Amino acid sequence: MTPAMASRGGIGGRILLYAALIVLALAFAAPLFVMVATSFKTMAEIRQGSIFSLPHQIDLSAWRDAWSHACTGAYCEGLKPGFVTSFQIVVPAVLGSVFLAAINGFALARWTVPHADKLAAVLLLGAFVPYQALLYPIVHTLGLFDLYGTIGGLVLIHILLGQPILTMIFRTFYAALPHEIVQAARIDGAGFYRIFFQLILPLSPSILVVAAIMQTTAIWNDYLFGLVLGGTGNTPVTVLLNNIVNTETGEARYNVNMAATLLAGLPPLAVYFLSGRYFVRGIAAGAVKG
Amino acid sequence: MRREGGYSAGPGLILVPAILLVLLTYYGSILWTIYISFTDSNLIPNYRLVGIGHYIRLWSMDRWHTSVANMLIFGSGYIVLTLLLGGTLAILLDRQARGESIFRTIYLYPLSMSFIVTGVVWQWLLNPSTGVQQFVRDLGWQSFTFDWIGRPDRAIYTLVFAGVWHASGYVMAILLAGLRGIDPEIWRAARIEGIPVWRVYASVVLPSMRATVATCVVLLVTHVVKAYDLVIAMTRGGPGTSTDLPAKFVVDAMFERGNVALGSAAAVMLLLIVAAALVPFYLYQRRQPK
Repeated sequence: MTPAMASRGGIGGRILLYAALIVLALAFAAPLFVMVATSFKTMAEIRQGSIFSLPHQIDLSAWRDAWSHACTGAYCEGLKPGFVTSFQIVVPAVLGSVFLAAINGFALARWTVPHADKLAAVLLLGAFVPYQALLYPIVHTLGLFDLYGTIGGLVLIHILLGQPILTMIFRTFYAALPHEIVQAARIDGAGFYRIFFQLILPLSPSILVVAAIMQTTAIWNDYLFGLVLGGTGNTPVTVLLNNIVNTETGEARYNVNMAATLLAGLPPLAVYFLSGRYFVRGIAAGAVKG
Repeated sequence: MRREGGYSAGPGLILVPAILLVLLTYYGSILWTIYISFTDSNLIPNYRLVGIGHYIRLWSMDRWHTSVANMLIFGSGYIVLTLLLGGTLAILLDRQARGESIFRTIYLYPLSMSFIVTGVVWQWLLNPSTGVQQFVRDLGWQSFTFDWIGRPDRAIYTLVFAGVWHASGYVMAILLAGLRGIDPEIWRAARIEGIPVWRVYASVVLPSMRATVATCVVLLVTHVVKAYDLVIAMTRGGPGTSTDLPAKFVVDAMFERGNVALGSAAAVMLLLIVAAALVPFYLYQRRQPK
């Protein structure tokens, strides 16, 4: 409908509409506000004041502690090591999973792969499988190949498990390309990989960005595989955050916990706020229809 | 069969192994998990079949009954409230408000953050001595009590709050895309006929979006079955086992209590639940006119 039509709802209706939108926006924003405000307070101020109050003055010590001093058990190195580990996992896993899905999506959409439709359907079904049903065999198999507890093992698993949804997204995208483009290149004698790299990839930046965003947030936010496959040395940031918050002894330092939580949430939040439109496209594409 | 726009196999076939590896990871692991559930594996797998003993044991365990009951409570609350709130947000935004993209950004940002981050924040908000309860008491209502997170009979509902906050924007984004696809003629005709806006939504627009709503329900069901990180960060299953969920039961049985066969039997149950949601959805989607 058009704005002109909407305005027929009357002034009263409009006021109600904005009142509802604003109240709901405040409710949704409240937890983020509380996180930010608490992270800048001192513990003395937290004990006295309310959770919804602004900090009297900006105190950065909780952020410093969260980054480099907060403890899990005997280790007091803060979230920093988890950040490093998560980056080491996310960068190759995102590049690898997006690249592989793009090639496979193109092959399934545009090449006469035997039983392409059935293959794609069976692949897509994987997106619905609860990971608990894969967990033990994955742990066991990675152990056999000496990949258990390594960053390489986690990267491999994230690449493989990301394929169902990503391949489907690329397949849908490439199936909609006008096929004269590829046909012309075929007539010129170009092979699969030349067509893919020189012709198709340059046509795909938007869908590549959508896929990369989906994977970056999904892999950064992963907890289950990080916990089970990371072993002792390679703890991603989500696992480390949970350990810091939930294994504390003595009085909980809420300001440090909130600063740590924000730090762990910051990369996906930044990706989200910087790329909103693409993020939404990923959701729409991921809401798979039969 | 040669599909439109398809080209002869050739080098495209090289990619099939990558897809097969993905399928092997998913379906091989599932079959392996099913097999293990019929063996007497404890800490390490053992391939001697012992029949359905672990399923019988599983269904005689109080802890499993608790976690299934919790899943039903959490799942129905989470799905119904997320659909209601997400649907409300989508309809409000569909009314052509100014600043729509700002509101949409605020409603959707929780989705970008991990369940661990979400759980830690809500644990802090709902903590009776520091969170919302204390805030309301400081305002002067001294007897106000909201201590559900620490109460065995109520803690499961606190997971619903956090889950709904996390996922409503997701449902909103999917439904809003559907609402934007509604023929503007319907709105024009309704206005000429003088039909109130709410009636158009209730009797024309929403019924025409049944397939989209069904998609949302299936996606939310898979969230419920997979729900693990959120419980870990918010309540760790407690107090006692009052917020235990099947997905957590599986991980605990496999990796903490050294009972791989029992955990695998529980994981197979998770698969059956997802299948029970997918089959009617698939049949329904097939009946929909394209």
